[in-house]
Amino acid sequence: MNGIHDMGGMQDMGPVEHEKNEPVFHAPWESRVFAMFAATGAWRKWNLDAFRHTREVLPPDDYLRVSYYEQWFSGLLDLLVRRGLVTAAEIESGVPAPGTVKATPPLTPDKIPAALPNRIHAQRDVKVSPRFQAGQRVRARNINPVGHTRLPRYARGKFGMVDRDHGVFVFPDTNAHFLGEKPQHVYSVRFAARELWGEQAPQKDSVYLDMWDDYLDPA
Amino acid sequence: MTTNRRDFLTAAVTAAGAALTPELPRAHEHQHDHEHQAVPSDLTLRVKALESLLVEKGLVDRAALDTLVDTYENKIGPRNGARVVAHAWVDPAYKARLLADANDAMSDFGYLSKQGDRMVVVENTSTVHNLIVCTLCSCYPWPVLGLPPVWYKSAPYRSRSVIDPRGVLREFGLDLPADVEVRVWDSTAELRYLVLPERPAGTEHLNEEQLAALVTRDSMVGVTKVAPPQAGVSS
Repeated sequence: MNGIHDMGGMQDMGPVEHEKNEPVFHAPWESRVFAMFAATGAWRKWNLDAFRHTREVLPPDDYLRVSYYEQWFSGLLDLLVRRGLVTAAEIESGVPAPGTVKATPPLTPDKIPAALPNRIHAQRDVKVSPRFQAGQRVRARNINPVGHTRLPRYARGKFGMVDRDHGVFVFPDTNAHFLGEKPQHVYSVRFAARELWGEQAPQKDSVYLDMWDDYLDPA
Repeated sequence: MTTNRRDFLTAAVTAAGAALTPELPRAHEHQHDHEHQAVPSDLTLRVKALESLLVEKGLVDRAALDTLVDTYENKIGPRNGARVVAHAWVDPAYKARLLADANDAMSDFGYLSKQGDRMVVVENTSTVHNLIVCTLCSCYPWPVLGLPPVWYKSAPYRSRSVIDPRGVLREFGLDLPADVEVRVWDSTAELRYLVLPERPAGTEHLNEEQLAALVTRDSMVGVTKVAPPQAGVSS
C-alpha cells in the first residue's frame, strides 16, 4: 500500500529529535501495551506482518499525529477482535462475555527467556530454490499492491546487485493478510545511491534493502 | 481535520469489530471536530481496562506482563550489544565469527539462539560507514539494543536516512569525509542489523569491560562513532 508509513526518501519532516537519557517507556501505559502485545502474540493468532499492516492502514493524519504505542494499542485492539480472541462488546464493557470459559495463557514468566530469541519466527526450514545468487544484477519490480508489502516505493523499478542470500522466509504480502506463508528466499540487495536518488548522490554511497524473490526480476 | 485521542481509540475499537475482511481494515473514520485536547489519563484507563479483560479471560498472565516490562526496562538493552562489540574488538577470531554468523557468535552471550530470529552485523572502518534504519516501521535489534528510542521510530529519521544519510549524521554531530563510503541498511525483512563500530584510538590499554563501557547505543545504530575515553576520566 502506498501509505504514509512508506516514508523512505521523503523530505521536510523536520530535524531528528534526540532525547538525552531517554527512558525505555515514557509512561506506564506504554509498557503495558508493549507487554500485552508480546504476550497475546504467543497465541500465534497473527504475525508481525499483520500487526504492521494494522498501523499502515491508519489514516495518514492519525499515523503522523498519535504516538508510537498508541498505534500499537489500536493495532492490538484490531487484531484481538479480528482474530477472535475478544469481542468488540467485551472491549466496550471491559468484562468477559457471560459463559466465557477462562483460557490458559500460553506465555508464563518461566517461558519468556526461551521465547524472546524466537519472537519474530519468520524464517522457514523448507527447501525452496533461490531465483538469484550473490553478485547477480536484479531489478526491483514496479508493484503497487493495495495490501501490505515490504518493497518500499523508493526502490521500485530500480536496479541493484544481490549482496547475499539470507535463506527462506515467509512472504509478508500474503502473510499479513493470512493468505499463506509463501516461503521464499530473501536477499540483501545493494542499490547505488545514484540509482535511487540521481546524480547528486555521492558516487560510492548505497542503500541495502532486504528483498524477497517475488520483489525481483533478473536484469 | 483533526481528531483527539479519545476519538481515535474509540473508533479503533468500533472499527475493529466491524472489520471482517483481511483487506484494508480501516481502523478509523475521520471525524471533523477541532478539539486538540490530549487525554492521557483516559488512555491509561483504556489500557488498564484491556489488561483486566485479557487477564480475566485467561489470555495473558499478569506476571508475564510484569516480567516482559522488567526484561526490556532493566535487562535487555544496549549493554548487551556493547559487550558483543568489545569482545569483537579484543578477539579477532570472534569478530570474524560475528561478521560471518551473528546468531552463532551472539549465542555465546545468550543473547540470540542459533536457530532463532536472524541478526546481521556490519562493520564500520576508516573507509566504510554503515547506518541502520527501518523506513517502513521500526525494526530494530531488540536482543542486543533493547527497544528503539523515539527518534529511531520518528518520521524525520525514517524518511531522510536513505536519501540524505550524511545530513542525518551531521545532525548527530558526525561529519563524514567525502571519501568514506556510506552504506545504509533499510531493515525491510526479518533480519536485524547491528553496526560494529570502529574501536577508537587511544584504547589499547583498556580491558574488555572498560571498552564495553565506551560503546554507546547510537554508535551501534551507526549514527555516531565511539568516542575515545576522555582525558583524565577513569574508565
